[in-house]
Amino acid sequence: MKSWLLTVDHKRIAILYMFSITFFFFIGGIYALLIRLELLTPAGDLVQADTYNRLFTGHGIVMVFFFLIPVVPAILGNFLVPLMIGAKDLAFPRINLMSWYLYIVAGVLLLHVIITGGVDTGWTFYTPYSTAFASPKVIEAGLAAFIMGFSSIFTGLNFIVTIHRMRAPGMTWSRLPLFIWAHYATSLVMILGTPVIAITLVLVVLERLFHLGIFDPKLGGDPLLFQHLFWFYSHPAVYIMILPSMGIISELIACFSRKRIFGFNFVALSSVAIAVLGFLVWAHHMFVAGMSVYAALIFSFLTFFIGVPSAIKVFNWTATMYKGSVTYETPMLYAFGFLGLFTVGGLTGLFLATLGVDIHVTDTYFVVAHFHYVMVGGVVMAYMGGLHFWWPKITGRMYPESMGKLAALIAFIGFNLTFFPQFILGYVGMPRRYYQYPPEFQVLNVLSTAGATILGVGYLFPMVYLLWSLRYGEVAGDNPWNAAGLEWKTSSPPPTFNFDVDPIVDFEAYNYDELKEIPVER
Amino acid sequence: MSDSHAAAVHSPDHPPELRHHFMTMEQQQNTASLGMWLFLVTEVMFFGGMFCAYLIYRLKYFNDFAAASQSINVVWGALNTAVLLVSSWTMAMAVRCAQLGKQRLLIVFLIFTMFFGAVFLGVKAKEYHDKFVENHVPGASFEFHDKLLGHPDYVPNQGHTQMFFSIYFAMTGMHALHMVIGLGLMAYLVIAAGRGKFSTAYYTPVENIGLYWHFVDVVWIYLFPLLYLISRTKG
Repeated sequence: MKSWLLTVDHKRIAILYMFSITFFFFIGGIYALLIRLELLTPAGDLVQADTYNRLFTGHGIVMVFFFLIPVVPAILGNFLVPLMIGAKDLAFPRINLMSWYLYIVAGVLLLHVIITGGVDTGWTFYTPYSTAFASPKVIEAGLAAFIMGFSSIFTGLNFIVTIHRMRAPGMTWSRLPLFIWAHYATSLVMILGTPVIAITLVLVVLERLFHLGIFDPKLGGDPLLFQHLFWFYSHPAVYIMILPSMGIISELIACFSRKRIFGFNFVALSSVAIAVLGFLVWAHHMFVAGMSVYAALIFSFLTFFIGVPSAIKVFNWTATMYKGSVTYETPMLYAFGFLGLFTVGGLTGLFLATLGVDIHVTDTYFVVAHFHYVMVGGVVMAYMGGLHFWWPKITGRMYPESMGKLAALIAFIGFNLTFFPQFILGYVGMPRRYYQYPPEFQVLNVLSTAGATILGVGYLFPMVYLLWSLRYGEVAGDNPWNAAGLEWKTSSPPPTFNFDVDPIVDFEAYNYDELKEIPVER
Repeated sequence: MSDSHAAAVHSPDHPPELRHHFMTMEQQQNTASLGMWLFLVTEVMFFGGMFCAYLIYRLKYFNDFAAASQSINVVWGALNTAVLLVSSWTMAMAVRCAQLGKQRLLIVFLIFTMFFGAVFLGVKAKEYHDKFVENHVPGASFEFHDKLLGHPDYVPNQGHTQMFFSIYFAMTGMHALHMVIGLGLMAYLVIAAGRGKFSTAYYTPVENIGLYWHFVDVVWIYLFPLLYLISRTKG
């Protein structure tokens, strides 16, 4: 136990993160369950408005800050970045451990807020409600997000330095796997964006504690300034969530199509392009909050523009599969799920970037459905795919393949049943964040709640068989997928310093044409 | 996957400061240095949020900001700027001494740097106290009756001047907090140097904490003109 809590091994820290982040995923899931239960009927029969506000706020804060942002980088990234570049560890192993402790401190603080009543500001902490009216718990919740931010900053800093300074001989930038490129881009967003939300939350806390009223309308303070500062981080934050997932998808599609990723350079640089452009679109969250028509036009244009690098990725993944030897193992099924759902999520993002349409659907379930397609349909699908793909590397055991396929299918069906009705609900006018609704919306809401139940099964089921596999799973061997990449050239699980012999890289990424052996269909 | 980092075996040509996951001291040094620079980038973004707020409100409430700014004592601010610049020089000398392996001088310069840092904080405390006495601290008892230079008829807005002081205290307070942290880091350096931890081959912590100290200095180099100086002449 002590050797785990004081470990500086990136692989062990990744596993510590896996436990703690999964725990918060279930907390967030319980919130989601309660929300969907309340919305089963038009009347407020399970909870009333005050409680409902706390439910969706808790769901948002837990899922955004404590699940979606760290899930891929802190678990899979932590485990794989040093392995994939042939390093013994991250550049700063002790800072890596400190990041996990910061996550835990922030998490305990948030749990305290939850247990003692919660906050009802929405996860966005908009002023002046958060500074002048909401319960003082806002201070604690804000501090939790602030501390979590530093966990994220130090992870990003660690990745960038590691990728620059710790690559094995021969591991040039053009040979870096796309997973690494994606994490590099993510880390850029983490270190440039997160400090801004940190200072913004500090200013909110200072306003509450010491009356430094920087957002206080009574002093001429501008709540819109808060929104600008908040979204300057929180929009790029969605790229912190999705970019690492895109990295996973590149690995999965290359492996299960037995081909080098089509347009490697374009996919790599599109990650960087998304990271850069991601900082220029934040105000599209504020089209109806009050801004000049010209500013809105520019932000609308840039939002359309950032669709281009995302589309480049999707097209190149599709082209990679063309004439590839595609097989349908569980990770690949999740990758297919990602492609479909992310495309729907991305395209509806373009609807929202359209100024006229946005006014119609702002703050409706259309927006809710859109970002769940990207965040859940994109990030969680990719994470589950990656988790299954690297599970044999992490644990040394295979998961049961047929159950894996079944779970992927259940999650896909449950997801669509949950969130597709919400597009329609939003379009016909159901606003978000209300605990009651007119009876004509009930059929679609019942469908959504039913879907959420199925989706819940789709997430609980892997929990069961993955834990089962730790003991009873087939022993995996070093490279069960016959995959390219340095992480597969060491034992499963890898030794403390990752490689018994310091690796020298003399091959390109995804050299599947040189790997003759065809993997066994499981 | 056992955790044997601490017990990693060091070969004879493997200096004790070289951590197991690096090949050479040079790689370790470059890595630490890049990490520090990136951390300073995050600090720039951190302070950037407040500079952004300052900029927007200054444009919006120009006259009130000018009047409030004129009420701050520029002499103390200038003195503090000089003190901080000198402390940056002593810090630079400390890093140089570490490079050359002059351990005693390193400690002397570090202590000088800490001394000047403490002087800065003392002056800052005096300035805060003055503002407190003048009721210029935001909150229920805030009142502002100073006039704008050259515009005796203009009555500054109570809310907007309070906004200026909100930003003033937030920015200088955050800066002072960074200085306190810097003093703590230097105290650590003094102790480590006293125990002979540094050599010409290994002085990375001195260099990195030096970088941090210079960064804190640079922030003040922006704060001083923006908060104290640029509204002095024109009303």
